[in-house]
Amino acid sequence: MGIFSPGFTGRRRDANPLLPPGQYEVSNFPVLSAGPTPNINTDNWALSLRAANGDLKAWNWQTLLEQPIEQFTVDLHCVTRWSQFGMGWRGVSLDHLLEGIDTSAEFAMASCYGGYTTNVRTSDLVGGKAWIAFEFDGKPLAPDHGGPARLLIPHLYLWKSAKWVNNITLMDHHEFGFWETYGYHDLGDPWKEERYS
Amino acid sequence: MVEWHRATVEAIHDETATARTLALRVEDWRGQLSGQHLDLRVTAPDGYQASREYSIASGASTDPDALVEVSVEELDDGEVSPYLVRGIEVGDMIEVRGPVGGYFVWKPEQAEPIQLIAGGSGVVPLMSMLRTHAGAGHPTPMRLLYSVRAPEFVFYTEELRRLAEKSAAHVMVDYAFTRQAPQGADRSVGRLSRTEVEMLTVSPELGPTTYVCGPNAFVEQIAGWLVELGHPASRVRTERFGGV
Repeated sequence: MGIFSPGFTGRRRDANPLLPPGQYEVSNFPVLSAGPTPNINTDNWALSLRAANGDLKAWNWQTLLEQPIEQFTVDLHCVTRWSQFGMGWRGVSLDHLLEGIDTSAEFAMASCYGGYTTNVRTSDLVGGKAWIAFEFDGKPLAPDHGGPARLLIPHLYLWKSAKWVNNITLMDHHEFGFWETYGYHDLGDPWKEERYS
Repeated sequence: MVEWHRATVEAIHDETATARTLALRVEDWRGQLSGQHLDLRVTAPDGYQASREYSIASGASTDPDALVEVSVEELDDGEVSPYLVRGIEVGDMIEVRGPVGGYFVWKPEQAEPIQLIAGGSGVVPLMSMLRTHAGAGHPTPMRLLYSVRAPEFVFYTEELRRLAEKSAAHVMVDYAFTRQAPQGADRSVGRLSRTEVEMLTVSPELGPTTYVCGPNAFVEQIAGWLVELGHPASRVRTERFGGV
């Protein structure tokens, strides 16, 4: 567009090829959320998965921890432009949790303690791309980061990784979640810079 | 799709020793709601670009010719904010995209009392709400509780004083200075306590919506207290600074 600011030089942090476009690197795991942090006791915690045909699977804290637990290291990218690399987590793969459930439905909605929702494609949840995560950096996941457990979908902007998740419903129809109704992108791929709709 | 718009810096003034307010003339802008933000993009002469989100300080507007104000505080490790606070000059051009966000907003059709709670530069989107409220001659109470390091770091000092004076029946502004208070202040310096939050905010029995904006630790503490004090979580909206 030919608009240049003569005094602006910048830091060239984008030179890092691991940074999606428009992002910059941080190391402090910032917190963003739209309301007060729900404090969910693990005794009262539950997670359910519902297929489009109505089939339901559910776990409490104890039965979640009995599932195969994975340790994984991922990079996270927030729509507010920070990215953090090499973050170590523990959690249970959605592939495992979805076993025995019909995942042919195209759409999914994650719902949370506190009322937050976000929509993703079912294909974003399977294939080793998503977890229910409950430990970060060797410690139980803090409430302000979505503890005791959150959805983690590192290949999408972080608002899709619903904190305090308690249900994921697969659906044959499309719906927007919380931020998506306020103009944020339906898909949210950081590499395509899908910030806003 | 939210597109980039060319913007010219029409006016600049120092807000504090470490913050400036820029008034932007934005091409094809469609106005904003109170509390929305924008993406601001600057481009170096060699084409390198960096973007950041800034809250809009101007009140709600549908006038495409109205100037759009942002108030920027310089961050120690900032990439864009040092340029906006010390570098950019009147007549320079940047690009903006937005307005963005529709949750942390106040609309004049809201009939309930409003409590605003700011930590530092978190006052910016709340100022937008106060300006809209004042501009509409709005009849509902709107209170601001503003936690800030010291008097010289207060944004919009004079305007806040005038607003509180002019509409004393509806608008109240309380300050909590954390490091240094003005001479003669009856509150000793320090962070807000839960008791102060209880005393200086619209009580839950009156059914307010409360907007809290500031650094995460501040917002986390205040929002947690509000819920403990009986405010439904759904009536406490937060906006937290993330990243640098």
